[in-house]
Amino acid sequence: MAERTYIQAISDGLREEMRRDGRVVVLGQDVGVYGGAFKVTNGFQEEFGPWRVLDTPLSETAIVGGATGAALMGLRPVAEMQFADFISCAWDHLVTVAAKQFFRGGTPVPIVVRLPSGGGFSGGPFHSQNPESSFAHIPGLKIVCPATPEDAKGLLATSIEDPNPVLYFEHKHLYRRIKAEVPDERYTTPFGQARVHRPGDDAIVVTWGAMVHTASEAADELQKDGHEIEVLDLRTLIPWDKERVLEGVRRTSKVLVLHEDTRTGGFGGEIAATIAEEAFEDLDAPVMRIAAPDTPVPFSPPLEKAFIPQVDDVVKGLRQLVEY
Amino acid sequence: MAVREAEPAGSLQEVKEAGLDREDLLAIYRHLLITRGIEERGHILYKQGKIPGSFYTGRGNEGAAVGVGTAMGPNDVGTPLHRDMGVHVVRGVEPWRIFAQYMGREGGPTRGRDGNVHMAVPELGLHPMVSHLPAMLPVATGMALAFRIRGEKRVPLGWFGEGSAARGDAHESMNLAGVRRLPIVYVCDNNQWAYSTPTYLGYPIEHVADRAAAYGFEGVVVDGTDVLAVYREAKRAIEKARAGGGPTLIECLTLRMEGHAVHDDAFYVPKDMFEQWAEQDPIERYRAWLRGQADMTDEEEDEITSAVKRILNDALERADASPLPDPAGLEKGVFASQEDLDTPHHK
Repeated sequence: MAERTYIQAISDGLREEMRRDGRVVVLGQDVGVYGGAFKVTNGFQEEFGPWRVLDTPLSETAIVGGATGAALMGLRPVAEMQFADFISCAWDHLVTVAAKQFFRGGTPVPIVVRLPSGGGFSGGPFHSQNPESSFAHIPGLKIVCPATPEDAKGLLATSIEDPNPVLYFEHKHLYRRIKAEVPDERYTTPFGQARVHRPGDDAIVVTWGAMVHTASEAADELQKDGHEIEVLDLRTLIPWDKERVLEGVRRTSKVLVLHEDTRTGGFGGEIAATIAEEAFEDLDAPVMRIAAPDTPVPFSPPLEKAFIPQVDDVVKGLRQLVEY
Repeated sequence: MAVREAEPAGSLQEVKEAGLDREDLLAIYRHLLITRGIEERGHILYKQGKIPGSFYTGRGNEGAAVGVGTAMGPNDVGTPLHRDMGVHVVRGVEPWRIFAQYMGREGGPTRGRDGNVHMAVPELGLHPMVSHLPAMLPVATGMALAFRIRGEKRVPLGWFGEGSAARGDAHESMNLAGVRRLPIVYVCDNNQWAYSTPTYLGYPIEHVADRAAAYGFEGVVVDGTDVLAVYREAKRAIEKARAGGGPTLIECLTLRMEGHAVHDDAFYVPKDMFEQWAEQDPIERYRAWLRGQADMTDEEEDEITSAVKRILNDALERADASPLPDPAGLEKGVFASQEDLDTPHHK
């Protein structure tokens, strides 16, 4: 075990997969000589050469479409979007081609698209988004949102092994802020298994990505008042651990669904609807959602702070919930 | 680097030098007839109400499709489109499976999950197109990338039309292929009408292939009704790519002899344009060449014609016997499992 930041864990995990499987290649803008905009692939080109760590032109369509073609021919491409926001330029290639090719043609498309996502540092409307919910709606895509260094590494290995297109949302605000022990050896973290970030029986927060840490800080506050809040990290949205969520809801009877993405049509709505359908009788309070308001991600710090759910917002919500 | 306008096909001797013996030449004729026959029979099935959805044909493009398909090597791959039935035929897709595909049957390559020409048999090196043209160009470019990374002497063929040449996918693909000198051949089926849009509203230059120069590789314009000229140019480009000479863009000029799909009577295409192009029907043209240059006998021709008729009759019968898919299986196969990776493509 060694203490690693979230971004080091991603980098370590990717390097390890490239070492053990010659089919794994990385492509994207500035991933080679520069080592990636956030330095995830720093030093990779020296180790693996310019064809396995391929600097592409500014061409998201060619990157994701190209990854699909290379995957159909047996490679395991890991494509990097410089920012998750830019995946909109490759929407067609994920949604129209990669997501549907196995269903139609019977040929798996084992690609991973790494998507540095999330806000918290004044990235503005085009460098801060969390577009995971848009893609969770598309049958055929898997959605991964690690919250810890250990999961960042383990879920990346699973993503690369998976025979389907996987969108790996790595939260930029966690890159260097979160540090934890990460096993040295290779391991895979299964999809669709939620992780208890912090145990508790008075209420449950269902969340993922950076909001896991926001929820945990809020739970610290509630603990001071004697309330034990479970923070459940979904880890993956497609597939999502419905059974574990429902178990937590039945046990605590009070649930907060929290996400950094905007509210309307966010994946939290799907979770809330499922709880309403399958655990309505177990609820002692209405399902609560906390999410960003339905606006583009604003730039200026006070606006961005108002946009991204803050610890105080979650504390307030949880207090309402436990007192209900 | 100006675009090159390819010469028409010449004598038997010249064609033999390009790698085709007499057997190959007769096979090309058979493939052309099967290609058109599948689409003509399909049209009848459609009118009989046996084909759900819409129906598209590649009438007028048979020579271009069969020519390129014939030039492909056994391990080459491609992403043919809705005017390229001939490629599937040449690669060996059994015609009954194509009829089954049209009719949404279990025996079609997509098992009823997609319709019309949105199909391919990956075991034969072909991968099914999507409607969002030319979205298969970046995919084909990625195939070339895989071959280049692994040092395999294989070449993907990426098809698009002159209409979809306007989309960014075409640019991003060819730009990446040019930058990396990837082993790929882009084939533009220029049938002069993108649905109802004529070429002068689609691109402002003389030839789509002129654009190749902007990506640093060769562009060739060939008469798409001349199957042998298409074959020769495709073969040359494929072997050049295989030898490390980089991409080529081949533009096959034809006329779409029917509407965009069966619902469209193509009223917007000038009548004399149809008449003019009907005189150079690719199949008639090739038949005349075979008789004039390769001494195809009446017996040989009859034999091919009746063999094709038999193949199509049998195919229709077999397709009709193929069951409709079971709705209980609808939700299966959205996601692949590890076992699904156990195919030649993924090794």
